[in-house]
Amino acid sequence: MDLNLTHEEVAFRDEFRAWLAVNVPTDWAAWRGKPLEESFAYLRTWQRKLHEGGWAAVSWPKEYGGRSASLMQQAIFWEEMARVEAPPMANALGLGLIGPTIIACGTDAQKKRFIPKILSAEEIWCQGFSEPNAGSDLASLQTEARLDGDHYIVNGQKVWTSYGWVGDWCELVVRTDREAAKHKGLTVLLVDMKSPGVEVRPLRQMTGESEFNELFFRDVCVPAENVLGKVNDGWNVAVSTLMYERGSYGARLHLIFKRNISRLIEIAGSTPRNGGTAVEDPVIRQKLAQCLAEIEIMRLNQLRAFSRITATGVPGPEGSIQKIFWSELNQRVQQLAQEIMGPYGQLLAADAHAVDKGVWSYGYLRTRGNTIEAGTSEVQRNIIGHFVLGLPRSY
Amino acid sequence: MEFGLNESQEILRDSARRFFAGECPMSEVRRLMETDTAYDVALWSKLAEQGYTGIIFDEDHGGVGLGKVELILLMEEAGRALLPGPFFSTVVLAGSLLNSVATADQKKKYLAPICRGEARATVAILENKASWDLNDIQMAAVGGKLSGEKLFVSDVAVADWILVLARNGVFVVEKGSPGLTVSAMASMDLTRKLYTVAFHNTPAERLGDLAAAGSAIDIATTAIVAEMVGGMQRTLDLSVEYAKTRKQFGKVIGSFQAVQHQCADMYLETESSRSAAYYAAWALQENAADARAAVSIAKIYASDAGRTVGNRGIQIHGGMGFTWENDLHLYYRRAKASETAFGDATFHRERLARLAIDTKSVASQSA
Repeated sequence: MDLNLTHEEVAFRDEFRAWLAVNVPTDWAAWRGKPLEESFAYLRTWQRKLHEGGWAAVSWPKEYGGRSASLMQQAIFWEEMARVEAPPMANALGLGLIGPTIIACGTDAQKKRFIPKILSAEEIWCQGFSEPNAGSDLASLQTEARLDGDHYIVNGQKVWTSYGWVGDWCELVVRTDREAAKHKGLTVLLVDMKSPGVEVRPLRQMTGESEFNELFFRDVCVPAENVLGKVNDGWNVAVSTLMYERGSYGARLHLIFKRNISRLIEIAGSTPRNGGTAVEDPVIRQKLAQCLAEIEIMRLNQLRAFSRITATGVPGPEGSIQKIFWSELNQRVQQLAQEIMGPYGQLLAADAHAVDKGVWSYGYLRTRGNTIEAGTSEVQRNIIGHFVLGLPRSY
Repeated sequence: MEFGLNESQEILRDSARRFFAGECPMSEVRRLMETDTAYDVALWSKLAEQGYTGIIFDEDHGGVGLGKVELILLMEEAGRALLPGPFFSTVVLAGSLLNSVATADQKKKYLAPICRGEARATVAILENKASWDLNDIQMAAVGGKLSGEKLFVSDVAVADWILVLARNGVFVVEKGSPGLTVSAMASMDLTRKLYTVAFHNTPAERLGDLAAAGSAIDIATTAIVAEMVGGMQRTLDLSVEYAKTRKQFGKVIGSFQAVQHQCADMYLETESSRSAAYYAAWALQENAADARAAVSIAKIYASDAGRTVGNRGIQIHGGMGFTWENDLHLYYRRAKASETAFGDATFHRERLARLAIDTKSVASQSA
């Protein structure tokens, strides 16, 4: 056990820190909170800049334009991004999930065709996984692809698709064999979103925004060469994508949470309560300290998981602990913000009296989704129960 | 950065696990808890043979010279086995206190015999107000003599020395000293006995300043968190095992999500406590700037998690879990005693607030 950074890790951090100091845009704060449609060109430019510096996909192997960074280095990358409040990258799913899956499962031709444009943000990727009747039970999905000569005909509907409105390509999970068991008849297709028959509709969520889309496929033609991995082996391909979802990206969360709680402490310091300030109120102090403790434990759990993955070579189901931990903690932090701010907590960005331009009312509503998106807390507990503790499958 | 154990740490943990399984099975725990002292001479000399009684102390004093991370790996295994008796009081608490406040001569006199397994000791901290804030200590030595009462002192009946925290220093009192009255307190954890100790003009030798006691108490707090992690792990293991074998409605109960999700939460709480304990030990070892905060964070989380894991474990066991015969209540009792020891979650949340929030609001006011 040695929690000091190694020489290589320090060198990696210093190199990126120096690069960021020169290159990170200073006007991101002005764009923040605006709809993604308005800021998207800005985010593409930012990703291109990172790519030119060789920083867009540090986890990727060197031969594909990455840095073959270790998990700890990846964690450092995201921490440094969070430290300078860098904007997110436009092609987040392409870089984080789909690119790595193509590198792992794709043909040489697919890698050559898709990888460079993922890096440069020329082609934005989205993920067609969930369906109206296949959420937690993803393998029951019904979107169908029928082979017709040298191409597939796709029909069906997908939902909760991030970046659907701007997506050029989609990693789409479809059913190719209705006779096989539900996990065995799936295939992953790489689908051009400009194909005739693809329709994208915004899905308005409880915050009022539309981060996600619904996708409709009506007789969409997809060349057979766009199968990723093997036909009817799509479940394994999809699972490997979902494993990347629980990767190093989470390393930045503790810094974001820490920034939130620091701001909250500041606000509590100027909020009157029982003749003093809220930060002097014993109950509020207890709750602030509890959140601080849990934010630190979230960081430590993550570091321990990284060490374990580095030692064993595979991302394991421990990621489920992190998912439960951060999503539930984030909701508690937002509830504490509401308690501290009282009536002000409910004010939306549009109101002149809103604290911090309404980020706290937004945060309260948005974090409600945290325990649902990317695998509900119930599914995560099933994963721990079955895959970690060896209890019988409960579903 | 590496947050795993190295090979020698793994060897230490595995051999401790084997040692406790062999020398301190539950039958032995139950036998000892029914005695007045929960102390066994033969078990003590085996602990000493393993080098456990001198694990973190310098070789000059007959110790093994290992670090705090090694200490908590040992304590985790001791907690898993529910090791009864004065090991924690003697080695972790009194040993660390001697190590941080005593002079070289005093270490030779008191710490070296502890390392060799020849003596036992304990530390008297609390008074009748039962405050873990050392500023609340009232007892003071006058002319080299102590008067007054200490409560909740562990394992006094088998201790050769009682180290006493007083306002004007840390003192040591030999067993059987004039004016010393020891009486047992009947308390929940049957494996670690508590006593009141009354002093009446009792001669005491000064070891050092009270201010130097804080670091020893931080080590003890981290070690007790590690011990709690061991107890949680054992409770989790027993509960998962039970959920895999107990059948109701024609199915093992572990196939019901209501049960399975309790197990998942126990796992999350145990692992998170472990992360916090390991980090606190490492931070103490390295004298990291955030070491005190790390200790409080570990005690905050484990104090609540230890209780919650126990609740879930007993609930999963149903009626069986409520019986005397089942071992879970023994862990549950220890968890409650450890939860209050060195301050519960509420105490440490306030301590963390002073360390991390007040400094922050002062900084933002001056900024």
